[in-house]
Amino acid sequence: MEYCPVEYPDQFNQGISNNKAVHIYFAQAIPLIAYIDESCIYLKEKKCRICEGVCKTGAINLGERPKKLEIKVAAIVLAPGYEVFDPKVKSEYGYGRLQNVVTSMDFERLLCATGPYEGEILRASDKKHPRKLAWIQCIGSRRVTPGDNSYCSAVCCTYTQKQVILTKDHDADAQCTIFHNDVRAYGKDFERYYQRTEQLPGIRFIRSYASIVREVPDSKNVVVRYATSDEGVKEEEFDMVVLSVGLNPPADYLGLADKFGIELNQHGFCKQAPTNPMETTRPGIFVSGAFQGPMDIPESVFTASAAGAQCGELLDYRRGKLTKDRLYPPEKDVSQEEPRVGVFVCHCGANIGRIVDVPSTVEYALTLPNVVHAQEQLFSCATNSAKEITDMIKEKGLNRVVVAACSPRTLEPLFRDTLREAGLNQYYYDMANIREHCSWCHSKEKEEATLKAKDITRMSVARSCHLEPLREINLPVNKAALVVGGGIAGMTCALSIADQGHDVYLVEKDSELGGIARKIHHTLEGLDVQAYLRELMRKVYSHAAIHVYTGATIMEATGYVGNFVTKIKSDRGVAEIAHGAAVIAVGVDVYKPTEYLYGQDDRVVTHLELEELIAKTDERIANAKSVVMIQCVGCRNEERNYCSRICCGESVKNALKLKEINPQVDIYILFRDMRTYGFREDFYREASNQDIKFIRYEPENAPKIEAAEAEDRPVLRVSLPDYILGQELAIDADVVALAAAVIPSPVNQEISQLFKVSLGPDDFFKESHVKLKPVEFATQGIYLCGAAHYPKHIPETINQAYGAAGRALTLLSHDIVTVSGSVCEVREKKCMGCGACISACTYGAIEFRDTKQGRKAVVNPVICKGDGLCNAKCPTGAIYLKHFTDEELLSQIDAALPKQDSQPPLDAAVGDA
Amino acid sequence: MCSGRVDLEFILRAFANGMDGVFIGGCRLGECNYITHGNYHALNMALLCKKIMEHIGLNPDRLRVEFMSAGDGILFSEVADEFSGQIRALGPLGSTEGLSLDELKQRIQEVSKLVPYIKIAKGEKLALRPAKGDYDQFYTLDEIEELLNEVISYYIDPEKCQACMTCAKRCPAEAIIGGKNLIHVIDQDKCIRCGTCFEACPPRFSAVKKFTGEPVPPPIPEGKRTIVRKGKEKEGTS
Repeated sequence: MEYCPVEYPDQFNQGISNNKAVHIYFAQAIPLIAYIDESCIYLKEKKCRICEGVCKTGAINLGERPKKLEIKVAAIVLAPGYEVFDPKVKSEYGYGRLQNVVTSMDFERLLCATGPYEGEILRASDKKHPRKLAWIQCIGSRRVTPGDNSYCSAVCCTYTQKQVILTKDHDADAQCTIFHNDVRAYGKDFERYYQRTEQLPGIRFIRSYASIVREVPDSKNVVVRYATSDEGVKEEEFDMVVLSVGLNPPADYLGLADKFGIELNQHGFCKQAPTNPMETTRPGIFVSGAFQGPMDIPESVFTASAAGAQCGELLDYRRGKLTKDRLYPPEKDVSQEEPRVGVFVCHCGANIGRIVDVPSTVEYALTLPNVVHAQEQLFSCATNSAKEITDMIKEKGLNRVVVAACSPRTLEPLFRDTLREAGLNQYYYDMANIREHCSWCHSKEKEEATLKAKDITRMSVARSCHLEPLREINLPVNKAALVVGGGIAGMTCALSIADQGHDVYLVEKDSELGGIARKIHHTLEGLDVQAYLRELMRKVYSHAAIHVYTGATIMEATGYVGNFVTKIKSDRGVAEIAHGAAVIAVGVDVYKPTEYLYGQDDRVVTHLELEELIAKTDERIANAKSVVMIQCVGCRNEERNYCSRICCGESVKNALKLKEINPQVDIYILFRDMRTYGFREDFYREASNQDIKFIRYEPENAPKIEAAEAEDRPVLRVSLPDYILGQELAIDADVVALAAAVIPSPVNQEISQLFKVSLGPDDFFKESHVKLKPVEFATQGIYLCGAAHYPKHIPETINQAYGAAGRALTLLSHDIVTVSGSVCEVREKKCMGCGACISACTYGAIEFRDTKQGRKAVVNPVICKGDGLCNAKCPTGAIYLKHFTDEELLSQIDAALPKQDSQPPLDAAVGDA
Repeated sequence: MCSGRVDLEFILRAFANGMDGVFIGGCRLGECNYITHGNYHALNMALLCKKIMEHIGLNPDRLRVEFMSAGDGILFSEVADEFSGQIRALGPLGSTEGLSLDELKQRIQEVSKLVPYIKIAKGEKLALRPAKGDYDQFYTLDEIEELLNEVISYYIDPEKCQACMTCAKRCPAEAIIGGKNLIHVIDQDKCIRCGTCFEACPPRFSAVKKFTGEPVPPPIPEGKRTIVRKGKEKEGTS
């Protein structure tokens, strides 16, 4: 890379900075290796070949040509992602024309530590920090003009908020203005995030269309024109303007559709089956991610697992046929040997080596006690480096290995495996993080960074000397699954698991299956929900492997991953179910409003009740001259600080249906933000076109309602200020429908305690990780799907239900599950039976056992999650977390200061010595 | 591993080693990666530790606990900068305290020995979740003074000990010296003041005595520990 003479705009950094023809795609690319792209002089003009000459390992082959491969497969998953909207298509956006107008993707790179200016936000015109920034939302989205997309891109509102927060992190004085239409914070915890952004100092959210007028010649500042209800049309100057660009279908979507023989929808995204968003129009070809339509990361991950589950259904009969078991050499017992530590210091390409003096760190490591070998490596994680480590273990008789490289989070498993390859217990490995903890955060202090790298390495070596070999526990896996909740989520998940050859126990608290969907008649997209539900129930009841328990309550849930036992009482009596995995799909409830005369006047109904009335073509509906719908009833408030996500779509759907029944009816939807994200935007527009009136209200001036007499009939009079007209409106309605909040099921608390899984701040179930593990709980073997996770539309529920099935199958398809060796254990002699550990362990992994010497704590290692809280609670040092013992951690603390300064170890009784 | 794994002893050890500041980072409160909410335990323990530090004359600002998520990189760097700046301003250990380093270390080591006792005495309170806004007064200096002034010690009355080995077998710290027919003696350096011996000593002997806030009598000399049983013959024949 150093020698390559070609400099051209870095594609990953949006062309803002330059890169070489030989380069690593980006700092966290996997694999993290260099490649040559089309800008190479040799490839263009058959000249240069410098890189070939300087590469010591002869890794460069400029003569390499593309190869054609033919692979036979039974299923295909299309996950081509999306293309970012290019604002250059329209000159009015100013992009490419005005230097200080950037896209949100450009800005994303500017914010990033590995970006063009190493995390500094700089203007293109003068490389100065912008102090006053504006974001313009919905660029390329929600517009029917040519070149733009009519749909909502679904992710921009929240990513803009993220960018604003990060901008404020970079520069606390930055003035940030967001010109927006509706703020669509419809996702889990998004409402809180929106508030967090809004409450930062110097932030303005302005609800207005904004256009870019011109550039100020000297300063190159950008002038934006917008309008507010108080001040009318205004122009304002900004140092930088960020265009919040939307999502397009993937590049060459037409070619893709043609190649795979699938159909597209009118927007160029993949056409899906209405009851299965992973299904394309061609059997055996599945779609996941944003090719389904604009979606954020967690949604995308649901669909990825979901597509996996459906491939599993097709391929279950040959599961495991192509996998091979790895064979490791027998493990040597080195526990009696003196520690012989090997230290491998990684350059991580230039990631570490550019900052930290790696050779000097190696030299230093060699001076540390018990270190018998130290060396540098360009990439410790490369295959040849791993081989080098194994060879060195054998050659030098190493019995402890320290790799000073990156975070253990990603690569520790790889290096542990390397030790196993060399016949050492994998827990004799320790990782010194000199990248994230050192070179990346001290990139401007090279000398200090080198000193710190030495400190970190020294601490790691000290700890490694105390490491002990540990055994991981192999548990048999019970092949059955328990699904709690028999709504669409539970049934879909149960069917997918059962179709892959597993028994499923489906437990429903009501006397019938179907859940809340029983009250839904059709979707916005036109699916007949009741027909779909009947079909789904028929499949469930007729599936030989699905055992349905209705009228059920869970009495007790015990056990652990692969081996749960759950006791239930149902219409079929009491049963004890043994299962390897559990899926929580308990759904949601609907808020019973106390506001707007609900319950006092029967002309006030909830949106679901309205749907029911429409389905029955109730005469109240048929004869209504005017219907008012009020959004956000019971949520987006202090008590329920979240958006119920589905209500905007629900109200638009009801409104369109009402118009179908009686085109003359006047419909008013009173909203705060219309959150018809994604393709639902088209229905919102359709509703507007059909003269359904959308009137915005603010929570401080919420609509008022009273019974009144109109000229011809008794009505409900709804009054509210109209911000556009600047006057008080009074609307006479025959029916008022309240978009009542979707609320967590009252069983959530109980279920969370029974299965030892957590709830979030709004009492919806909390997934293990928002993005990385969105259908899993932190408790192994338990999965989550449907609205119990957060309110969601039916297609989204189906996505997640298949997703949960996919994840459950990764457990159920194995005969054994391995649990970590880093768990707690009690030295019985030291236990005084005080029980401090037992009350700290909410997993219930510790119990008392009576012995001759009184009661003693005992750990069930399978339930223990290795958090080690008990270890810190124990007064006597009886209970200890393996791999993170007092001795190991204290040795690290002692080594934090170089030897001459430290004190002899204290003679404390808790010491593990 | 959870921030709740951080032991009171770890912090004290770092200071005793001459560290000028200790920082504990945990996940955001209420957002437990496990289900144990161990970060609240870490917070609680740190609050206790701060008061102990204050009590022994060690500036409590040298210890800081903060909660943030893996996504809060920038917050973390800000906090790290701020804290290291603060520690730099405080200067090396002892300088703001107006104590010599040796004196300070000695005091830290003394209190370190009491960690097991503190965990037992404050066990229930250590399991509570301190309320926001109440952090500074969650533990009070008076409370710490009482805790450390009224340290409990145990002593085996040589007159009463029947050398039955019951306490020695039960002692979790293996602090009881003795054998068959040898009067048992508690090694006060090893003793963690858990009271197991006090509970274990058969009521008919009641040889273990509890002392609150005062030193125990010296152990009887090693040569005089052989037990003289009065009714030995009688016992032998029965």
